[in-house]
Amino acid sequence: MEFIIISLVKAAVVAAVLLTLAAYLVWIERKVLAHIQLRVGPYRVGPNGLLQPLADLIKLVTKEGVMPAQVNKFYYLLAPFLAVALALVSISVIPFGTQIEVFGIKTYMGLADVNIGLLVILAVSAVSVYAIALGGWASNNKYALLGGLRSAAQMISYELPMSLAIASPLLMANTLSLREVAESQAGFYFGFLPKWYIFQMPMPQVIAFAVFLIAGFAETNRVPFDLPEAENELVAGFHTEYSSTCFAAFFTAEYVNMVTISALATHLFLGGWNPIFPEPVAGLIPVLIFLAAAAALFFHGLNNVSTRPWDKYTFPVVGVVALGVAGIFALAFLPLPEPLSAIANALHPLFWFGVKVGAILFLFIWVRGTLPRFRFDQLMKFAWTFLFPVAIVQLLATALMVALVK
Amino acid sequence: MDAILFLLFAAIAVACGINLVVQTHPISSALSLIGVMASLAVLYLLLGAEFMAAAQMIVYAGAIMVLFVFTIMLLNAGAEQRKGKSIIAKVLGVPALIAFLGLVSFLIQSLLPRSEEVKFGAFTGGTAQAIGKKLFTEYLLPFEVTSVLILVAILGAVVLARKEI
Repeated sequence: MEFIIISLVKAAVVAAVLLTLAAYLVWIERKVLAHIQLRVGPYRVGPNGLLQPLADLIKLVTKEGVMPAQVNKFYYLLAPFLAVALALVSISVIPFGTQIEVFGIKTYMGLADVNIGLLVILAVSAVSVYAIALGGWASNNKYALLGGLRSAAQMISYELPMSLAIASPLLMANTLSLREVAESQAGFYFGFLPKWYIFQMPMPQVIAFAVFLIAGFAETNRVPFDLPEAENELVAGFHTEYSSTCFAAFFTAEYVNMVTISALATHLFLGGWNPIFPEPVAGLIPVLIFLAAAAALFFHGLNNVSTRPWDKYTFPVVGVVALGVAGIFALAFLPLPEPLSAIANALHPLFWFGVKVGAILFLFIWVRGTLPRFRFDQLMKFAWTFLFPVAIVQLLATALMVALVK
Repeated sequence: MDAILFLLFAAIAVACGINLVVQTHPISSALSLIGVMASLAVLYLLLGAEFMAAAQMIVYAGAIMVLFVFTIMLLNAGAEQRKGKSIIAKVLGVPALIAFLGLVSFLIQSLLPRSEEVKFGAFTGGTAQAIGKKLFTEYLLPFEVTSVLILVAILGAVVLARKEI
């Protein structure tokens, strides 16, 4: 009974945080893309456009959901449901931090601690092809059909190098559980170089990380591999005919998948929640970062030079919030009674995990603002004649090194 | 709990299997087959064979069925036409089918030796490590022979699909 209640609470928290994150990822993406292109981005709805996701949500939900003529209704509605459901399922096996103990209840920060976590994610991503292919096929539209077929072909092709890239850090970790993979990367070489798999001897996984990221971009249908929705060729690809909430479902699924891929890359190559610096420097970093952010916000709020008058009020308010967050992270250094100290200690792994996931998410957006789109034949050729052989050679090299050393 | 889940997913598997035969549209049949495979994966999981469950989802429900669906969509196969519905087939077919299935299950039960009763969670050899050890020690020869067989099949497919030079 206790297990069910804890699981329900955790599921509610994770789903709420994840969906909010997905919504704000759209805002961050629009802002970053705008600044890359020397624009301002959304700034009219709320301070600096911070309420834009809410406005988008209201717009999408209140719009009329148009059902095109002669579509297969069941499959037409099944596809977006499947997309968002599968995207949410795969996050459930990803741990976010170490074991915590609050009020005598021991629990892992993550929904399920499964010993085949990685296989579950691979299985879900294998099945999520159907959502897009089915959506394209059921729309009764040639552009949607082409987009769905392209997407299916692309995702099958890139699943191979991705699986091979996942396999090589697993050879060193000797486990399929994501929590154990992250725990096996604790520690430092020479006192400063973290033992993440991207640095770890006997075979630093730099190539595998690059292959994984490229395949991850393709799996999530992001630029430069967003062929399924190439608007100059296919209108909007598989979701051409979708509107209102169904479109929102596909949109949410894409962003949740981005978060999943980033979390997976963090766990497999970037050391999960292990900090980049040894203690006690690692503990000070979040405090210093939030203090610096607070100082910058106060400074710019009080010496307001921008043309936006409300910055005078919003910057100091956010600065106070940043100051509070810095204080919470500093709590870990104080001797505290039992429940408080557990929470303070659990926040630091969460911070490092969040920073790494955020960095990879930023990379996703950065690449979108930088690279043009592939042509479809180039895309397939790249996967089969370059990425796949590179991944195989790298896996064999890793296996050889592991066999020689251990 | 285990028994409830087993009955639920066994029922889903059987329902999807019947749906696979009854449906006229190839896409519906293919998706029903995916439903069968997914519920079989859950049954494996209930028995404690978690690696088999994941492999079932990745290989069968994922890779192989995507190719089926892909081909159906690419050929744009329409719903099949059913003609010549004979009354004799309906009247005689259903009892004959039930009799046949009953006979087969009776033969299986009486001829094969009684195996141990399956208990949920009693089987512990389903982890990836255990399966890997078995594959590379006890069943090494069948494993390698199967991989050669698959290689031959791939080569055959490439030769058949190759354009004339």
